[in-house]
Amino acid sequence: MIEFRLPSLGADMDQGTLLEWAVKPGDAVKKGQILAVVDTSKAAIDVETWHEGTVGELLVSPGDKMPVGTVMAILLEPGESPSALPRKPAPPKPAGLPTRRRMVTPAARKLARERGIDLDSLAGTGPDGTVRLADIEQAAARKPGAASEDRSTDIRKTIGAAMARAKREIPHYYVAEPIPLRAALDWLTQANADRPMTERVLPAALLIRAVAVALKRFPELNGLFRNGEFEAAPAVHVGVAISLRQGGLVAPALLHADGKPTRQLMLELADLVKRCRAGSLRRAELSEPTITVTNLGDQGVAEVFGVIYPPQVALVGFGRIAEQAWAQDGTLVAMPVVTASLSADHRVSDGHRGALFLAELRELLQHPEELDR
Amino acid sequence: MTNADIRTVVLSTLLKIAPEVDPQLLRPDRPLRRQVDLDSMDWLNFLVALHEALKVDIPETDYARLVTLDDVVSYLEAATKR
Repeated sequence: MIEFRLPSLGADMDQGTLLEWAVKPGDAVKKGQILAVVDTSKAAIDVETWHEGTVGELLVSPGDKMPVGTVMAILLEPGESPSALPRKPAPPKPAGLPTRRRMVTPAARKLARERGIDLDSLAGTGPDGTVRLADIEQAAARKPGAASEDRSTDIRKTIGAAMARAKREIPHYYVAEPIPLRAALDWLTQANADRPMTERVLPAALLIRAVAVALKRFPELNGLFRNGEFEAAPAVHVGVAISLRQGGLVAPALLHADGKPTRQLMLELADLVKRCRAGSLRRAELSEPTITVTNLGDQGVAEVFGVIYPPQVALVGFGRIAEQAWAQDGTLVAMPVVTASLSADHRVSDGHRGALFLAELRELLQHPEELDR
Repeated sequence: MTNADIRTVVLSTLLKIAPEVDPQLLRPDRPLRRQVDLDSMDWLNFLVALHEALKVDIPETDYARLVTLDDVVSYLEAATKR
């Protein structure tokens, strides 16, 4: 018998709401198959299983809100028969989110029941957060279109919590370095000339690829700081900061970016951006970044001083790619340049290593063809 | 396709990528990406969508000529006649 639990959905997400089941009891499931779609404050996320088996019983229903760790379903291992199921699986309530008793005025409770409004989704405006009649009336008056407004408020809160934690707990240091990009851009132009429009590579993909490769020699920048200690990650999953049109941002991961050629990363980046904006991300993408890259050059800024996304320990920022007067071999030339910056966690690394990392990044970008292998 | 037909396609493509845009407020003779928040990925998706809608290939070397809405429309108008 396998318990299918709501997995962690990232450092700043401790609960989710089941939107729908993608399977029903009796369905055979494979490793990696998506079983459920769960809504979080940031996006709807496809949750997959890591086991093979048959769906035995679904324990939560669409609309149920649950903390991370909740057993959502029971799967039967291959060869196991449904009689193996416990007769009455008690809905397990793991520690974490305490079941808080909401104070609700009787009139409010009555109206909420009539209108089908979830009391848990409301912030009460009465004394001690008591939900009053006016709160329910307000919630009932909200049109369905107002949902996106709620989501941007949620996103803002989520980002605020993560960034407050970063600034409170992580002793940041910052280093920056201008990187000449003539070789990289010439190589991209040439490579793209032979490619159909849909397969052209943007500089952003090359920059992300270079970061992933550079990190191989700097394991102290790639990993997670948890329970008072740093653990280097075995692979590089680059979180890419993607701004959402309604405001806010998410930073889902390009998984195993260290092992993929640039053109492959570009295809995955395009797909990730598209799904991000459509609000359809996979669980692993949100919970597993080991470092974040933010590219604010398109918005026209020269450089970025990033805030690390906990429990990660580093963030690489890129500003605008622009031509600058550049002295080289005793001559002044017009050179496309990008400023790369690194924000890193002083509990794990020092500015000296950070500076060496940026030097490595600069060197790698002088040989773009090697990054496409 | 007439210039007006192409303009309609361009605007509807733009709205798919940036639904918050009010076409009434766009200045067709001013740089598009300064009026609409389009990053490089949005811009690429915009051009790819136009390529698919109008069956026009846009070489990367021509991207620099596509600055304003008017530029995009006249470029595509010429390209569809080629």
